[in-house]
Amino acid sequence: MKIAVCVKRVPDMDVRFRIATDNVSVDEAGLKFDINDFDAWAVEAALQLRDKNAGSEVTVISLGPDVVQETIRKALSMGADRGIQLKADKVPFDGLAIARALAAELKTGGYDLILFGKMSPDTSNGVVGPMTAELLGLPCVSAISSLEIADGKGKAKRELEGAQEIVEFPLPAVLTVDEGLNTARLPSLKGIMAAKKKPLEVKPAQIPASQLTVRKLELPAERKAGRIVGEGAAAVPELVKLLQTEAKVL
Amino acid sequence: MADVFAFVETRGPDVRKVGLEAVTAARQLADKFGSEVHALLLGPPGIGGKAAQLGQYGADVVVVVEHAALANYSPEVATATAADRIKSGGYRAAVFSTSAQGRDLAPRVAARLGASIVTDVLSVEVEGDSIVVRHPMNIGKVIATISISGTPAVIAMRPNVIAPAQNAKAGRVENAQPGIEPAAAKVKVIETKQGGGGKLDLAEAPVVIAGGRGLKAAENFKLVEDLAAAFGNAAVGATRAVTDDGWRPHADQIGQTGRLVSPELYIAVGISGAVQHLAGMRTSKTIVAVNKDKDAPIFKVADYGIVGDVFEVIPALTEAVREAKKHH
Repeated sequence: MKIAVCVKRVPDMDVRFRIATDNVSVDEAGLKFDINDFDAWAVEAALQLRDKNAGSEVTVISLGPDVVQETIRKALSMGADRGIQLKADKVPFDGLAIARALAAELKTGGYDLILFGKMSPDTSNGVVGPMTAELLGLPCVSAISSLEIADGKGKAKRELEGAQEIVEFPLPAVLTVDEGLNTARLPSLKGIMAAKKKPLEVKPAQIPASQLTVRKLELPAERKAGRIVGEGAAAVPELVKLLQTEAKVL
Repeated sequence: MADVFAFVETRGPDVRKVGLEAVTAARQLADKFGSEVHALLLGPPGIGGKAAQLGQYGADVVVVVEHAALANYSPEVATATAADRIKSGGYRAAVFSTSAQGRDLAPRVAARLGASIVTDVLSVEVEGDSIVVRHPMNIGKVIATISISGTPAVIAMRPNVIAPAQNAKAGRVENAQPGIEPAAAKVKVIETKQGGGGKLDLAEAPVVIAGGRGLKAAENFKLVEDLAAAFGNAAVGATRAVTDDGWRPHADQIGQTGRLVSPELYIAVGISGAVQHLAGMRTSKTIVAVNKDKDAPIFKVADYGIVGDVFEVIPALTEAVREAKKHH
């Protein structure tokens, strides 16, 4: 099986973000970056499939400037076989532009399976996987939380609001990965050493013009400071009164 | 022509609340253009019976596509049908929902149209030739204002940011065929398993009660369920710590990698307030927190806090809510 996994380098979210002076980007100074969690689960899914199917290969693809090579190496150190950087000055916000650049590369690869994380927390748009599938004319199942592949066919589960879908699909296909599918392995020391020698090809990305313009970024209004109503069960009557008369939600 | 298209999400024989929200959002846009809303209603035979309701919410035209194979969602049929209609209708904008189904469908339709898309949209404005939307980034810690220059502008609304509003229009029914024969679809949803009969969904419930590690054991979620039952319009959620431990299913997780909710009232029970959790609930209108640690970060975002033992406070609150509901 030939498997491709598209991964993105994203900042750690556990910080107070600052808007850069251009007003349309986040100030990256001091931010820590790593592979998107959903993408790490996609890499893990690919590695598990490769290890079950002799002769398989996992290719990791990332679009962006040279710093994304770190992200590709992370996936290689988890066990992926080779990497491709689609080199671009920056990653556009527009998912269609990203999907077109990825599809141009993916269509020549002869992949049986193309995996994505279901979304990235930075742009939080969650559209690149399904858009790429559509551009490639491939079946797509998004946000899967279980996966079985056998005999050129797959079966997956998707979590809906208060329900689950069981989905069957033929290969080749595009899948996007939700939390719960697996737990991503940590790179071993041996894996990290091996990753340094694995092939990482750099190709120029073809990024088309975007129909989306980020006009400005802002920090959301802080929530008004709340108050401690009281301690223990004795505070319940006061809380209920506030919910009725002030918040008007009861 | 600057008519606006709305995709009405269905599940089995029912229109989902996000479907009415999409029609309402489309109506607001169409009123700015002085144009019509055309809603696409796709589902099993009988779904056309919901067309009149969509007229009540502002659809001038309801395109009804009925097929026995559409009792379950079919990504390829829905994509082909929506994309064909949007192409032939020459719409200025197409409105979808940022639900599990909408997240699957809307980007596929947009890609087929060669249009860019913004999902998880908080608000929409028309400015000159552009449609301008607000969209949360970085787990809601940054809000982007984005203008969409392409036509149609494809957007997917975040659930619960627009209340479905009645604004009666003609709701003229046009019957149509699926964009592809359902039997020809490669991806097949063979089963939709409903989780818990009649249980309210987290994204749609006006009240969400969520439990964390402070509940100490899976069985103590009964306290949270009892409180939800006392409200009668509440859904139950959980933190990632709790779903990782298997106390609750992953689908119930509220947070950065889980569900995003913005109910009228959010009650955090034994939740410390990790960043990953706050990302999923900080846009709730009123937040209540009950936690024994007065320094827990959850109290920084809570409108009302009670410092105390959840095993004492929650049963008392459940009783008080039951009483309050009785007098309504």
